[in-house]
This record gives sequence, structure tokens and C-alpha cells, in this order.
Amino acid sequence: MKLPPFEYAAPATLKEAVALLASHGGEAKPLAGGQSLMPMMAFRIAQPSLLVDLRKLPDLKSIAIDKDGVRLGAMVRWRDIQDDKRLAQAHPLLQAAIAHVAHYQIRNRGTVGGSVCHADPAAEMPGIALTCDAEMTVMGKGGQRVIKAADFFLGALTTALQPDEILIEVKLPAWPAGRRFGFQEFARRRGDFAMAGIAVFYDPDAGGTASNAHVGVIGVGEKQRRLGKAEAAINGSTLDEAAIAKASAAASAEVEPQDDIHASAAYRRALTGTLLERALKSAAG
Amino acid sequence: MKNTFIGAPMERREDLRFLRGKGTYVDDLAPEGLLYAVILRSSVAHGRIRSIDASAALKIEGVHSVITARDMPDGPPIIPMRLQPLPEFKPFEQPVIAHDKVRYVGEPLAVVLASSVAIGEDTLEHIAVEIDDLPAFSEWQVAAQNKSLLFEQAGTNRSLTFYSRKGDADAAFAKAPYARKEKLNTGRHYGLTMEPRGVMAEWDAGKGRLTISGAAKVPFFNRRILAKQIGLPESAIEMIENDVGGGYGARGEFYPEDFLIPFAARHVNRPVKWIEDRRENLMAMNHARETEAHIEIACERDGTIIGLRGDVHTDMGAYMRTNGAVGARNVVQFMGGPYRVPHVKLDSHLWMSNKTPVGTYRGPGRFESSFYIERLLDMVAGDLGIDRIEMRRRNLVTAAEQPYPIASVQPTDAHDQYDSGEYSEAMNRALKEFNWAEKSKFAGKLIDGKYHGLGIACFVEGGAAGPKESARLEVNGDGTITVFMGSSAVGQGVETVFAQIAADALEIPMDRIRHVYHGSTTTVSDGYGAYHSRSIVMGGSALLDATEKFQAAIREAGAKKLGCRPDEVKIGEDTVSGGGKSFPLAELAGLTAEGAFLNKKHTYSYGTHIAHVTVDAKLGQVQILDYVVVQDVGRAINPLTLRGQIIGSLVQGLGGAMLEHLQYDEQGQFLTGSLADYLLPTATDFPNLRCFVTDDYPSPINPLGAKGAGEGGIVAAGGVMANAVANALSSFGAQPRRLPLSPSYIWELVQAGSRQAAE
Repeated sequence: MKLPPFEYAAPATLKEAVALLASHGGEAKPLAGGQSLMPMMAFRIAQPSLLVDLRKLPDLKSIAIDKDGVRLGAMVRWRDIQDDKRLAQAHPLLQAAIAHVAHYQIRNRGTVGGSVCHADPAAEMPGIALTCDAEMTVMGKGGQRVIKAADFFLGALTTALQPDEILIEVKLPAWPAGRRFGFQEFARRRGDFAMAGIAVFYDPDAGGTASNAHVGVIGVGEKQRRLGKAEAAINGSTLDEAAIAKASAAASAEVEPQDDIHASAAYRRALTGTLLERALKSAAG
Repeated sequence: MKNTFIGAPMERREDLRFLRGKGTYVDDLAPEGLLYAVILRSSVAHGRIRSIDASAALKIEGVHSVITARDMPDGPPIIPMRLQPLPEFKPFEQPVIAHDKVRYVGEPLAVVLASSVAIGEDTLEHIAVEIDDLPAFSEWQVAAQNKSLLFEQAGTNRSLTFYSRKGDADAAFAKAPYARKEKLNTGRHYGLTMEPRGVMAEWDAGKGRLTISGAAKVPFFNRRILAKQIGLPESAIEMIENDVGGGYGARGEFYPEDFLIPFAARHVNRPVKWIEDRRENLMAMNHARETEAHIEIACERDGTIIGLRGDVHTDMGAYMRTNGAVGARNVVQFMGGPYRVPHVKLDSHLWMSNKTPVGTYRGPGRFESSFYIERLLDMVAGDLGIDRIEMRRRNLVTAAEQPYPIASVQPTDAHDQYDSGEYSEAMNRALKEFNWAEKSKFAGKLIDGKYHGLGIACFVEGGAAGPKESARLEVNGDGTITVFMGSSAVGQGVETVFAQIAADALEIPMDRIRHVYHGSTTTVSDGYGAYHSRSIVMGGSALLDATEKFQAAIREAGAKKLGCRPDEVKIGEDTVSGGGKSFPLAELAGLTAEGAFLNKKHTYSYGTHIAHVTVDAKLGQVQILDYVVVQDVGRAINPLTLRGQIIGSLVQGLGGAMLEHLQYDEQGQFLTGSLADYLLPTATDFPNLRCFVTDDYPSPINPLGAKGAGEGGIVAAGGVMANAVANALSSFGAQPRRLPLSPSYIWELVQAGSRQAAE
């Protein structure tokens, strides 16, 4: 349970950080909050030769909100999101989801960037990024580029990030005032990784008919994913009982869960539908 | 001065030390020249060792040496059984380090000695190990086929069958008007200690002495084993018990490391320390509880129990360890729990498998058997249309029947009887505190999307294992008194309760008892340790004996000094007087007296658990709204620490009922190697727990009247929770038959019920 040997650097600029990452032939890792990387190193699942600590980089810690949306610096911590009163209007789904992240102590340390780049299939932030069509700004040796969430998450613990690239910012598109949303997850104990989690939003018109439905699921299958058939069932409906049941059934049918030590695949399939049903009911309420 | 410390809710003396960070655990020790041991453990579940090559490892800077079985010229010693040391178990006992075969993931292969733990861990991957895989298995059903054998010489994977017998079960079943047969399972748990295990050994080559820190639970017994194994007289080995972060039956038994670390220290003539990390702790410390019961109950139409018969299969893991047979025996010896069962015929089969070996864990065999009998009683009550309370009332042992004999077990020739108590009185108290009459209106009802259910279970808890315990008192230079105990402290608060007992007996204030020392082999001539809820009964009674002898010794010494007869001597708080004169007690500094208590009988505290739960049928989520435990302990020495024992053990029991399960795949690979996989209760999981202690029926077998009481919280938790869930989901016909009650499992029960209803 002791860390394997590694070198450590805490550069003051992004440019230096990128150069350091590039200098170790893919064996270097950025260190953000360390809430996943440190345990993985203690278990010797990860053995990077160099840790590039991002804590001194000044520009990655802010939450910026404007008409285009919410821009979360990669070093924004869960606590910052929970404490930012503006987000109650600017992105209530984000705040609802982050309340489920692990435990108090971990929320004080864990970061947006760390979670997004770690890409755990059951983690909340990657799920929100995918559900909300987030854009990831990354910087590498070749300069900056923007990756859409749909192209960013490739599989369990796998992203489109190159070894020399650092995630700088996650941009969530603007949140319209009338938007409805829900977030539901269920874990064996409070703070555990979810056996399933659902993020949903849609935009109702004046008559209550939904459009632009986005449904994301975490904790079920190989990666976080959108549920297109459930979204189709929501769009054009008024979210009455029948529509909710239809969307819920579509979600259950669409996921590809597997058995593991905590739950059977059949349970996770059913749980996905149950959580979507509850998320939609809370969205309507 | 007449004291009443016994019975008073006194705060723990030891807490001040702990809360100020002044506790000293074995990992706090770091003598000059210390080397850190890290153990290479098998990642193969079953295989034949071809070679272990540490030559590359020895070149790493900071690595002092690597010890394997080859460093032990006579081969690695075998760890003997401490309890039930039957010849049948011999072929299945564990060598202190693997030499020809490995039999479970986590079995020690080599010990690295390095200048830091980190370097030691870095070194592990540089030790080249070649193992030829053998077919591994992790289920008793596969073990029972005897196709792949863990011990070829033994010719079977079954180390023993215990036979539990009372009356004539087959004849009684043949005549019985009603019987029901069930298959029920409990999960694989372990007594996870907050502080993992640790051993530090120092070898004094000049004097030929070994000093071992980190001892716990049974230091005198472990010293006997080690002395034999390592070829030293017992007097050359000192075992020191430091502060200990939890025992639960698992810590302090003799494990491979208890030989390997002292051996290493002598081998390299340097102090050596090994501290278990959590991953090791999960795969190296004794597992427990995994049983499968195929049992049948016979009753009269009015619910009176006629008999129990059937088979229980225990997954023993890869070796028979020191106390590994206790659970498998208890599960059939105590299947009847607190109920009158005239006829018993239960066989308990002990199956070896490629898993971590088992040992005792708080309430060994009792947690399992309580789940079985309590599930059966609710099913029977349902079948026969009898109220669950009435079902129990009809069968609980009465005071008039005490001492009540239970089934005897062969081949260990175990005969036992309960000691005292009117068991239904504890149930009545629990029903009243819980307000069963009012809350039973919710049973099975769907309210705000959740089904409400009530569960009840009654239990007995065994305690006071003999044969003996020792205690010694000594006058200090300042006239205060020090108490030395043969039993061990593993976090139960014995420093406080022993001070209470001694101060009461000596009729002096508590603070005159300066220190209570325990567990170390140097302070008393003999000791038997902390297990089977024995410390208060055995140690406390020994302490009473010691105080009498101590007072006699003071009177005798005082008489000489004062020139009077011993019976004229009066012992005050800090003075001794007689014949019109007096002198300070301090003048008798060094005066000491040792006492003992010998006992072959056991105490049985008893009680009732009741729970009110809600079940979200779609999530399979269970929440506890209220939970009441009533336990009669014969005589409560300290109700405050006792309450801590009950609530603490209850939360452990709820962990076993709802969360905990050590899992392996079919090839014996360990799947629950972290606390993200082996789920323990956290502070938020079980908030609404209440307990009530009574001492209406003192135990007749010891002068205190006390009964062991450290395990009652855990025993009935599985049964009561399963019964409450069954009650909540009665509209689905749900009958939980295994633990833990995971959301996935509860959901499956609901689905099965819904499908049946549809058909």
C-alpha cells in the first residue's frame, strides 16, 4: 500500500507542465486532486514515472459563467461547485449530480479535471459532461484543441486525451431557464460508486411537450452513455404516466449491463429504468 | 467505605490516553536498527511451487534479505490447532510459509526485509516465482466431489464432520404432524479490525531472548507454540500486548506471521517489524461464517418445536487454523438458539477450499445458526397460522427448565447447558420498548412507496470459556495499587471494568488503582486471553480471588509490623491500622498476591432483537426505522461500556446481514480485496439503534453473577433483518434464504414474487 517510486514536479505554467508530460514518453501523469490516482498507485495498478502536479497552475481553478454556458477549470473541486450559488440557476443538474460524489473529505479534494480524465464509468462528472454535450479544452505540445464529450470518452478509464495533453476546461452549454431536469443514482452505501445513475433534462414548450431530451446513464456497462431510445420516447411527449413508463422501459432495454460482485445484470437493467422513471417524475414536479 | 462502582456507568479510563493520541500501538514502535518486513503472497489459488528466486531482489538497494521456506532447515513449522485439536485435523494444518504447494491467494511465499516498507513493496515484483497451476475451487460442492484435492495425503477435502445429537430426531420426525425443509446460506465475513495486525520481534543474541510486541488475545498460548517452533524455552520469550485497535476473535490468533517475524529477527539478528496493510488484512486474516444449511424443522400443530435435523456445510478455506473449527461446531451445537428443542440430529461438514482459512469472528456459528432458526420459525408460523410472537413464546426456555441441556457434539464430546434466565422476559421487555402492538399495524403495508416490515429474533450468547484465568495485585511505592491481568485488552475497555471490580472489592476509590496491566506474559504467571466473551467472567472472578488473597497478605504483613493479630488489622484507603497504631500502605510496597478462577461451565446471556424496516421494492433498498435490543447479562459491571459492546456488535451484525461478503471467482481468485468491494457499515448506514440491558438472572457459575456480553448484538442481526424484509414483502411471498440482503437479491425476491402472482 506504499506508492511505487516516481518523480514529482509542480510546474508554475501550463507550458512547462505539457513539456514535462511530453518528456517522459507516455509514462508521466498529471496529478490533480489525487483521489483516484493515489489509491491506484498504492495498489500499484498505476506506476507513472513522473507526477506533474497541477496545483500551482493559476488558471485552472475558476468557474466562469456567461451567456454561452458554464466553464469549469480543470482544478475546480467538487466543494467549489457545491458552494457556488450561481450554479443553482446556471446549471442545477451539475449541482444535483455533484452532491452524490463520494464523501465530504473526497469532495474537498477531488477535481472536475481529474474525474473527467480518469473516466470511471460510474463517476458523476463524466456522465454530466456526456449528457450535457460538454466540450473539453485540452492543451498539448501542439497547442490547444477542443474535444466534444461524445468523442472524449472511449471506454472504461479510457479517453481521447494524448499522453502529453492536459485537460484545461470543461464547458457546459448554457442552461435555459425553463429546462426541466432530474438526477437519480443508487449505491449500496451513500457515497459508493453508483450501481446505476441517471441524468436527464428536456425543454418543455408552453403546452408541456418535451423536446431536446438528453438522458445519460452511469455505472451500467463499460462506459457512461446516452440513451437515444429513451430520449426519443421523451421528445414529443408531455411526460404523462404512459410516456414515462415508455421512456423507462426503453432505457432498461437499451443498456448493456453485466453481473458483478455488487449486483446482477438484470437488476442493473431494471434499476436503470426505475431511476429514469424517478428522475422524470422529479423533473416534472 | 462501601463502593458501588460495579453497576455504575463509568467512562473508560483508557479513553483519555487514546483521545490525546497517547496510545501506543505496535506500529508506533521503532527501535534502533529496525528492518521492515513485507510479505510476498501467492497470487495463485492452487499450485505446486517449482522455484522461488530472490537473487534479483537482493541486489536492490535497501534490501537486507529475503526469507523463504528454504531458510528453515527442518522445513517450515506447522501451526497447531488451539481449540478442538483433533488428530483428524492434523493433515490440514498450515505451515508458516508455503513450501511445496500454495492453496489460497494470499498465502505467504517469502519475507522481504528492507530498510523501509516502500522498498520492501518495490522488491516484491523482483522475486521470481514459478508455480504450476493445479485445479482450484471455491465452492464446497466442488470440494465435495474430491476430484481436485488440497491435501493429497488426506485423500479428501473434508477435514471432519461434527455430529450434534439430542433425543431421537428420526423417530420424532417420523411421528411429527408437520415438518418443513429449507436450504439457507450465510455470507463470508471477517472480523475486520480498525488497526490491522502487526508483529515486532527483537532478538537479544547475548541473552538468547526474544521480545515480541503486538501480541493480543491469547499471548500465553501463542508463546507456547512459538517456543516449540523456534526452539527456545518459554521463559526466553516475552510477549508484549500494546494498545490494540480491535480484536473480534480474529486478531491475536497464531498466524504465519507470528512465526515468520520472530524467526526473521533471530535469523538476521536485527529487530524486525511487520504491519499488515488493508489489502493483506482482507486476504490474510481469518475469514468466517460461510455456511450452507439443509435443515428440516418438525413441529406440533400449535407450533411447539419437536426437532431439528439436517446438514450444514462450512467452507473452511485452505487450512485448519487455530480456532477454525469453532464456528462449524457452534452452528450445529447452538442451532436451537434460546428455544426448547427436544430432538436434534445435525451434521456439520467442514470442507477445505482454495480460499483464506477461517477462524472465529464474534458470535462464531451463532450468527449463522440464529439466521437459520429464526427464518425457520417465521416460515413455520406462517404455515401454521400462528402469530410470530406466540410462536417464540411457546418455545423459549423458561427459568424452571434451567440449567437447560442442549445438544451434545461428537467427536469433541461437547456437552453444554444454559445457565439461567426466563428468556421470554427479555422478549416481553423488547416488545414493550419497541411498542410492537402499535407498530405491528404497519406490517406489510405500502406507505409512501415503501413497504414496512417488522422482524423479531431471540438469541443466546455463550461466554466464559475456561479453564482458568489469573490476576495479581501489587502495592506500589506510593501506596497505590497495580492490577495485573492474564486476560487481554482488545479494545473492550477492560482497564476500566477491572479497576471497578478491584476498587469495589478492596473498598477503595477507583483512582487508588493506578494501573491495570493485561496480556503481557511477564506480569502474571499464566493467562488465557480474550475470547468467547470471557474477560469479565473469568478475569473478573480471578480478580475477586486475588483481592481476597491480597487483603490477607496485607493483614499478615500488617500484623507483624503492628504487633497484633491479622484479623485485627484494618486496611484503609492508604493506611494499615491495628492495635491502636497505623502505618502507610506504601510501606508494604512490592507486596503482591495472585488469584485465579477455574471454571468449566459457560455463561449464557440472552435477549431479543426487534427491527422495523422499510423496503423500496424497486431499488431493493432496506432502511431501518427502529431497532431494539434487550439483553440480560446476569450482572452488568459497567452499563456504559456494555452498551458500546452491544451497539458495536450490532452494527457489525447488520454489516453481515446487509453488506458484507468476501467473494471469490470459481478459480479461487479473490474479488473483494479492498474496502470498496468488501462493504462495511459506515456512520450513516444504521442510525436508529437502541439497546436495553437487564440483569434479572445472575449467572450461578461465578461469584460476580456476570455473563459474557460482547457478542449478543451480532448474533441475531441476520435473522431479524431477514424476517423484517420477509414481513415487509409478504405481499410478494418473499422469503430471504441467504445473506447478505443486497439490493440486487431483494429485487430478485420481489421479481420472483411478482412473476408467481402473475402466473
